[in-house]
Amino acid sequence: MAESGVTDGLCNTDDIERSKTEGKELTKEEKQRLRKEKKQQKKNKEKNDEKTSHEGEKKKNKKKKEEQPAGSASQPPAQPSPKAVPAPAPPPPAAAAVPVPASEAPAPADKPAKSKADLKAERASKGKKGDVGQPAPTGKLKAPPSELQPVVKRLPEHVQVDNPEVVKKLAKKLERQQIPLRSDYGYKVSLFSHLHQYSRKAPLTQQLGIPSTVIHPAIVRLGLQYSQGIVAGSNARSVALLHAFQQVIRDYTTPPNEELSRDLVNKLKPYISFLNQCRPLSASMGNAIKYIKKEISNIPSQCKEEEAKIKLLNCIERYINEKIVLAAKAIAKYSIEKISDGDVILVYGCSSLVNHILCEAFEKKRKFRVIVVDSRPRLEGREALRRLVQKGISCTYVLISAVSYILPEVSKVFLGAHALLANGYVMSRVGTSQIALVAKAFNVPVLVCCETYKFCERVQTDSFVSNELDDPDDLIVTRKGKTQLEHWQKVPSLGLLNLVYDVTPPDFVDLVITDLGMIPCTSVPVVLRVKNVDQ
Amino acid sequence: MELQAVLMAAGGGSRMPDLTYNTPKPMLPVGNKPLMWHPLNLLERVGFEEVIVITTKEVQKMMSTDPKMKDVKMKLDVVCIQEDGDMGTADALRHIQQKIKTDVLVVSCDLITDVALHEVVDLFRAHNATLAMLMSKAHDFTETVPGQKGKKKTGEQRDFVGVDQSGKRLLFMANEADLEDGLSIRKSIMRKHPRMHIKTGLVDAHLYCLKKAVVDFLADNKSISSIRGELLPYLVRKQFSKTTNCPKSKDDADDQTQKTADGSTNSTELLICSRDEPLLQLAQERSCWNDHRGDMSEAYHGGKLRCYVHIMDQGLCYRVNTLAAYIEANRLASKLLEEPAVHPSAVISERCQMGPDSIIGAQCQVADKTSIKRSTIGNSTTVKEKVKVTNSIIMHGVTIEEGCNIHGCVICSNAVIGRGADLKYCLVGNGQQIEAEGKHRLVSRF
Repeated sequence: MAESGVTDGLCNTDDIERSKTEGKELTKEEKQRLRKEKKQQKKNKEKNDEKTSHEGEKKKNKKKKEEQPAGSASQPPAQPSPKAVPAPAPPPPAAAAVPVPASEAPAPADKPAKSKADLKAERASKGKKGDVGQPAPTGKLKAPPSELQPVVKRLPEHVQVDNPEVVKKLAKKLERQQIPLRSDYGYKVSLFSHLHQYSRKAPLTQQLGIPSTVIHPAIVRLGLQYSQGIVAGSNARSVALLHAFQQVIRDYTTPPNEELSRDLVNKLKPYISFLNQCRPLSASMGNAIKYIKKEISNIPSQCKEEEAKIKLLNCIERYINEKIVLAAKAIAKYSIEKISDGDVILVYGCSSLVNHILCEAFEKKRKFRVIVVDSRPRLEGREALRRLVQKGISCTYVLISAVSYILPEVSKVFLGAHALLANGYVMSRVGTSQIALVAKAFNVPVLVCCETYKFCERVQTDSFVSNELDDPDDLIVTRKGKTQLEHWQKVPSLGLLNLVYDVTPPDFVDLVITDLGMIPCTSVPVVLRVKNVDQ
Repeated sequence: MELQAVLMAAGGGSRMPDLTYNTPKPMLPVGNKPLMWHPLNLLERVGFEEVIVITTKEVQKMMSTDPKMKDVKMKLDVVCIQEDGDMGTADALRHIQQKIKTDVLVVSCDLITDVALHEVVDLFRAHNATLAMLMSKAHDFTETVPGQKGKKKTGEQRDFVGVDQSGKRLLFMANEADLEDGLSIRKSIMRKHPRMHIKTGLVDAHLYCLKKAVVDFLADNKSISSIRGELLPYLVRKQFSKTTNCPKSKDDADDQTQKTADGSTNSTELLICSRDEPLLQLAQERSCWNDHRGDMSEAYHGGKLRCYVHIMDQGLCYRVNTLAAYIEANRLASKLLEEPAVHPSAVISERCQMGPDSIIGAQCQVADKTSIKRSTIGNSTTVKEKVKVTNSIIMHGVTIEEGCNIHGCVICSNAVIGRGADLKYCLVGNGQQIEAEGKHRLVSRF
């Protein structure tokens, strides 16, 4: 019974998240609903029916129906005492028949709010879960009318670094998990002072003991490789993460009086916090972690430990095989249709997927040439150049400043993506949006290649709110023995900004090639919805 | 468990026979603590909880009686080996092969350093290296060595260490003794690493992180007896050998028989591949990182065996294997230790002049009108009136009578310096007695 309770809870969380994000898209409809229900405020039963039927057409999951009336029943106690929510949450739909007090009117609009309270309670009861595994609600929910209870706005902690309370909370959480806190480095440009900025020369392992006992050695190694940039690129990071999890699972033994399904998830939490401290998690990693946690929680309690471990290891292998390896093959197949002989293809930076596509196309005897665009400070294009030239593809190499000069020659632009956001925006390496913009100005088609496991339920319209700040010292370069920026910290008005990601609006992207097929950018939420239903 | 620490404390101290005549090298006092306490302290500070100590029976006996060793809170697993000196460091590792379950960190007992150990271990972790070691820029010892007349002997032969451009990857290592015809570097190394820095002024700290596969390899290869002399150059050479770089078909851990098809007689190939090789390979392929640029090879040139070195340019790093190093280490020991320079149980009269660099041990008695500058005084030593001690190392249980003048000397345990003696740069052995009013300069007395 406890098992199903856990899975129920998880499904509820998924539902809640979905409702939160869908809530953002449905605010207009919500408002209409609100008006309707205000009219029927006195008629309790009709309200109930309408709400359930209303929710029924919006949500496809049956559990939702159960949750809504139950949730609304608990709405009054929910706000003051969130902890009481899990208790009334599972009661049967009989609660729907119970006459609900007047405060039920704001229920739909506050559904996201109450679900947030639900979520808060879930979290409080399960122990604080890292924010990273979940799609970050950017708190852009429109505030409901003033007579309603205030909406609880939850921003993820990694975009609130300039808020000392949030930082304190994070420090406390890390202390509980026995993970050292990595301190920020250098002066941050004010527009981005809400993000973390770390120095590569101060790794987190400085504060850890050798040999690491709290954190599994595979995870320490992975964290080091992330922070030093040895494993970079969203596919590589996800594969390495799952590989490390495989080792953790192999070395795991269930302590007595504990269940593997719950204890292993709790064991993974400090590791995920540690990896987050080394380098902020990517969307692909977040999805992989969610998948793993779900698989672990779904292990039946009567399963023996060895069997369970083998099952989990197989799950991981399957995930990598399906979502990364086979997806790459499928995307390559679709993309090759789009590459014709005589094409001049422009690529930016080093995307493992785009490189794979071009190599495959070359093997299928398509005649094309590639222009590799590169940018400082990472200069990843050099690595892409090496891989393509090794295969025999004729390449040109330019820096991003020359993109508008070279674009008249280009027939197509292939871009990789770090994540595809729910509103159709493409999050990718900084500079991608510029390439897409210039390509649009020249009427060159822009094709983004992205596997579906990188689709993210987050919504972003600008590159400021949520981004990653890399080590500012990377921008320092030594030419002819002189390093001009060597003492940049001493100049009080100087700040070095080394952004990692930027978002490209869907107007600039002509096609997204995924393993499900070739879709327009605006169909991303459809894919997300279909994916969630499947799961 | 990530790393197991192994402390090699069976060395004879062959380069300072005068001092190790009575006391085995690991128990020589440095800063009033036994020499092997220092690396153990380093390991303890970093977070180790257990150490395997390989030593002789004599040292083990002395360890159990020494109060300073009780300060070590880690669990010491002492393994005794014969003292005849035939056993090299690699032989010792082979001896404890059964105890080694993961990668090892081998430390020598005569290492005194304040290095941030995570620098070495991070290289080992991040690059999945087979070997990571520590080296330091050598310091010249300027103090006159007591008991040695004439110029300092350059008995040490130079080590040639070749590193790549980043200064971290170890490409070449040889001792002058092995290079009779001159230094030759294989073309394959030059092709892969066209820029190599060759350094000679480096001191090997004898601190190595080795993969478990290396220990297993040692178990099968009984011909290697010294880590520093034989194993390390072998590993460094093997990085660029053709056989290691061509991964054979299956990477299954069970499939060892295929790997033994090596040309050399009976030696098993170093099994570097781990069980999860395919996934690691996939991650490396998809990652847009390369450790070098300018040629068409992938990261690490596809090599699985990698050796790394961390070269310290700041900070203390001493190997106490010569008399000069011993004296230097004692001088700097006060900087390393966090304890107060003067032990609380020492009785020091008020009219004694003590310099800040001096260390006074427990239960000492220092009388009036004495002057102690830049010296280390051991436990239970008695210093009578009007004694001047400068730049010296006085070990335990020594009695110094009135009016002595001791400059730049090393006086071993239980010696008695007679009244009015004047000693400059002398080395007095255990239990010796210097007669009263004796004047000695640059003498070794045993």
